[in-house]
Amino acid sequence: MKYLKQFGIILAISFAGELLNKILPLPIPASIYGLVILFALLHFGILKVDHVKETSTFLIEIMPLMFIPAAVGLLESWGIIKNNVVPYIVMTVVSTIVVMAVSGIVTQLVSKSGCKTERREQA
Amino acid sequence: MNEMFENAVFFGVTISLCAYGLGLIMQKKFKIAVFNPLLISIIITMLVLKVGNISYDKYNEGAKYLSYFLTPATVCLAVPLYEKIELLKSNWKAIIAGIVSGVITSLGSILAMAAFFGLDHKEYVTFLPKSITTAIGMGVAEELGGYVTLTVAVIIVTGIFGNVFASAICKIFKITDPIAVGIAIGTASHAVGTARAMEIGETEGAMSSLSIAVAGLITVVGASIFANFM
Repeated sequence: MKYLKQFGIILAISFAGELLNKILPLPIPASIYGLVILFALLHFGILKVDHVKETSTFLIEIMPLMFIPAAVGLLESWGIIKNNVVPYIVMTVVSTIVVMAVSGIVTQLVSKSGCKTERREQA
Repeated sequence: MNEMFENAVFFGVTISLCAYGLGLIMQKKFKIAVFNPLLISIIITMLVLKVGNISYDKYNEGAKYLSYFLTPATVCLAVPLYEKIELLKSNWKAIIAGIVSGVITSLGSILAMAAFFGLDHKEYVTFLPKSITTAIGMGVAEELGGYVTLTVAVIIVTGIFGNVFASAICKIFKITDPIAVGIAIGTASHAVGTARAMEIGETEGAMSSLSIAVAGLITVVGASIFANFM
């Protein structure tokens, strides 16, 4: 019963997200609306983490599996990729590395400088 | 024989699950980044379809039920995020700075390389949303007049690449702070990368989840501005 209830809550929130996606003219997918709704429900104490904990842990754990069908679908896209395959791959790989490096380094630098000022204020 | 497989609804799910399981075993055994369960399962499934001459549509008739859970699973990312709310509050400046600089880097690097390779406008805007989650990225590509199917392909490749090499990239660039690692992975490689961040740690996973939403939304605005540059 516990899992049924948890899964029911998560599906209901996904459905609410879907509705918002249909009603509001914004380029925000149902999943992101749902994420914000669940976060708000937890934040305002309407739901407790215990109400969704086990099922959400399970779903997050098996999340990589859910990407397999779309990735296997790359077989179908080969037709449009092959015309320009080298630039496409270089762009994808290089920009992913650069973005990961820049956002990680910037986050780390700002958070370190933040710690220092806090320490100075305390001193 | 072939028809037997093609008409079985559970074929697609079973082959994906088995391939993933095999990937997990290989990862444990070899402990090398390339032996990533997601990557291995994709390759094995592709091989099975090719060798067995099974069409993607037939495979997907069963496998689509795996994709079906993607929305509920993404909704669930709110839980680790909520559990790390204090961390988020005390580091919000660093987090916003990291995500914004990542998005600008993404758009800027695409612009630079598209110019370098002499891509046309339509190809250029196709790549602009490459680092954000598929559902938002498709919308952006459509809005800007790109090749939507190509955008989806590039987004998936970006995610898989991030999933496989996230740990190595963070190590090379000495990104060790768990918050920074999470922001880096989520901003660069959306939900597929986040699946990896979740395996690295709770903080990494929570911060990566946050980046999917924030980077996605900033890119919607940023891409429409960058679309005018080429």
